[in-house]
Amino acid sequence: MDNTSSLFEYAPAPESRSVVDIAPSYGLFIDGEFTEAADGKVFKTVSPSTEEVLSEIAQAGEADVDRAVKAARKAFEKWSALPGSERAKYLFRIARIIQERSRELAVLETLDNGKPIKETRDADLPLVAAHFFYYAGWADKLDHAGYGAAPRPLGVAGQVIPWNFPLLMLAWKIAPALATGNTVVLKPAETTPLSALFFADICRQAGLPKGVVNILPGYGDAGAALVAHPDVNKVAFTGSTAVGKEIARTVAGTRKKLTLELGGKGANIVFDDAPIDQAVEGIVTGIFFNQGQVCCAGSRLLVQESIQDELLDSLKRRLSTLRLGDPLDKNTDIGAINSAEQLARITALADKGEAEGAERWSPACELPSSGYWFAPTLFTGVTQAHTIARDEIFGPVLSVLSFRTPDEAVAKANNTQYGLSAGIWTEKGSRILAVANKLRAGVVWSNTFNKFDPTSPFGGYKESGFGREGGRHGLEAYLDV
Amino acid sequence: MPTSAPTAHALADVTGSDSTLRRFLHGLPGVDAVGLESRAASLGTRSIKTTAKAYAIDLAISMVDLTTLEGADTPGKVRALGAKAVHPDPTDRTTPTTAAVCVYPDMVAAAKEAVAGSGVKVASVATAFPAGRAALDVKLADVRDAVSAGADEIDMVIDRGAFLSGHFMKVYDEITAVKEACGTSARLKVIFETGELSTYDNIRRASWLGMLAGADFIKTSTGKVAVNATPANTLLMLEAVRDFRAQTGVQIGVKPAGGIRTTKDAIKFLVLVNETAGEDWLDNHWFRFGASSLLNDLLMQRQKLATGRYSGPDYVTVD
Repeated sequence: MDNTSSLFEYAPAPESRSVVDIAPSYGLFIDGEFTEAADGKVFKTVSPSTEEVLSEIAQAGEADVDRAVKAARKAFEKWSALPGSERAKYLFRIARIIQERSRELAVLETLDNGKPIKETRDADLPLVAAHFFYYAGWADKLDHAGYGAAPRPLGVAGQVIPWNFPLLMLAWKIAPALATGNTVVLKPAETTPLSALFFADICRQAGLPKGVVNILPGYGDAGAALVAHPDVNKVAFTGSTAVGKEIARTVAGTRKKLTLELGGKGANIVFDDAPIDQAVEGIVTGIFFNQGQVCCAGSRLLVQESIQDELLDSLKRRLSTLRLGDPLDKNTDIGAINSAEQLARITALADKGEAEGAERWSPACELPSSGYWFAPTLFTGVTQAHTIARDEIFGPVLSVLSFRTPDEAVAKANNTQYGLSAGIWTEKGSRILAVANKLRAGVVWSNTFNKFDPTSPFGGYKESGFGREGGRHGLEAYLDV
Repeated sequence: MPTSAPTAHALADVTGSDSTLRRFLHGLPGVDAVGLESRAASLGTRSIKTTAKAYAIDLAISMVDLTTLEGADTPGKVRALGAKAVHPDPTDRTTPTTAAVCVYPDMVAAAKEAVAGSGVKVASVATAFPAGRAALDVKLADVRDAVSAGADEIDMVIDRGAFLSGHFMKVYDEITAVKEACGTSARLKVIFETGELSTYDNIRRASWLGMLAGADFIKTSTGKVAVNATPANTLLMLEAVRDFRAQTGVQIGVKPAGGIRTTKDAIKFLVLVNETAGEDWLDNHWFRFGASSLLNDLLMQRQKLATGRYSGPDYVTVD
């Protein structure tokens, strides 16, 4: 054929923005109404891939937190007294509305967060709906959940969530809280408030009673006020370990129940008998899913020395096929970093890796001229003593270490202050079980990575936090047991 | 691919005996079925539009082995097929020719005549296709018959019974014998009938066995069983040819066959090629579609891109 000299370049395939209607400004969602902040403060939320201002958002302060907690307290009486089957109806309704509006929400989340539409469409939104469906199913079966007969809700839950999975983290927090009869005041992250505000609209669409869910976009001070509020009974936080420690100090000595889901430095262990091609995919999913901005990312690759060269060759070749760019393009694999601050943190840690003598590699990769971008990056020659092997980078940066024996792999995998996730790659079933039992991590994936399901509990060891979200275990955090 | 590729001799010693061959094939990295299928599915979500789609359609047309393998085949039917291969769309002479026409050995002469001077190759399924259940002498006679009638390519089936019972050397020897019978004039496509091999590990082993024995192409299936080409088994074979070239420097072609009927499916396979083996495989010397009904869908989609309107089955030829 004559015209085969040109390459198979994929033409741009952008998802349409017209499916989502973003208002120029949004208020706080308190007691079923959108309202301005008491002190009139606002902040802007931008699209990380273009730096375009998407909307102006009311910024919650201490007075707003108080209003919201009061509204939630008032709503708690009636909400907790409803039969479980009634609460389930609302949750099922919310889940169905999320499914119906999933395309709109996926585009919105991509605009506000910078992650590829492929992920919001195929991972985030289906999981968000699944969480509501799953906990809707529990709402009338709490007597049989293993926490005694008629377990009681705690009261008002103060929830603070991060920017990496804005709507999914909301679902993880709100679905079990409502199913168990609690009411909620939730603070989304300041860089990604939009999907939570759209969720507020969904609550209204579902006819959820006023005050059951309150959404307070704002900064850390609003989160701190929420955590410290004397009338909050339960605090749930997902975010950085540093903030988690601060929250633990605030809550200490009170009667508040607390769950923390914090940082991680997951080890992805590849044994010499692993299915290599699938392991390479799993490594890519482990660290480049959501630009590596995942607390359970497999950010440390532990590879058996005998296959190290072969695996790294395959991995580098695979990374060269990753497509970075417009997150709304359906063919984009790697989107934008969430904020300028986060990009600066990633850049500083990667530079430190280089300064400490690890070897840095990135595929040839053109970064867009506006927005916050970081090329997928691989560090080889990393040892346990390197900062990049110990500190959570929360970005698309993989540190490669090697080991010679299973014992050494386990020792290295566990030699971290974190304990959220780990991965094992081997064709040998007995080795999977033997190694998984020795890993101090909340989730251990085998021959896969970064797979989530509402039925499966999720949470950490050590500085990765305590408490479990998801599954039957996730109910306990919201029940008086 | 390593900068200094070793020669094919690097793997010569593994074919010394049944036991070295078995050790080598069983030492290949395993295949995780869940991971393989999810990778194939995720590549299937690539959105190919506008210019990329136009390019892909023409590329796919140029990769089709237009096939008739019926007991009822006649020289007339084969001539019609040849005419279509040369001018797939009589209304638009810019349409590329297909790669080849694929026929039974006794139809090679008729096919040769039908495509003479066009550059379209004639492929023939020899070796007691599709079951392969005949003595080696018979299979070789079948091949020689097709080659002497002018076949440019031979599609051979392996002895799946020998493979499944672990007689790898027997399969190897048959392939090398057929390769020899092909001489220098015909390229050899080795068909594994992946649906009968049943596991992905077997498909990877068969792929390496075929490549070690001198296949120019590895091909999924005959199109005559329930499970033929799938995105997953083709992805796996693309990984095999990619790895084989990295180890030996020798490039081998891939041909999925059977069950690929729509343009959408064909484009998914091209995405697999592009992102697995790479652009070096993106032409009809290295990648083929074994398909008969696919071509008309490609032609209708091509007409749609050119005119902005869907035509219908009567706007393309029936054979």
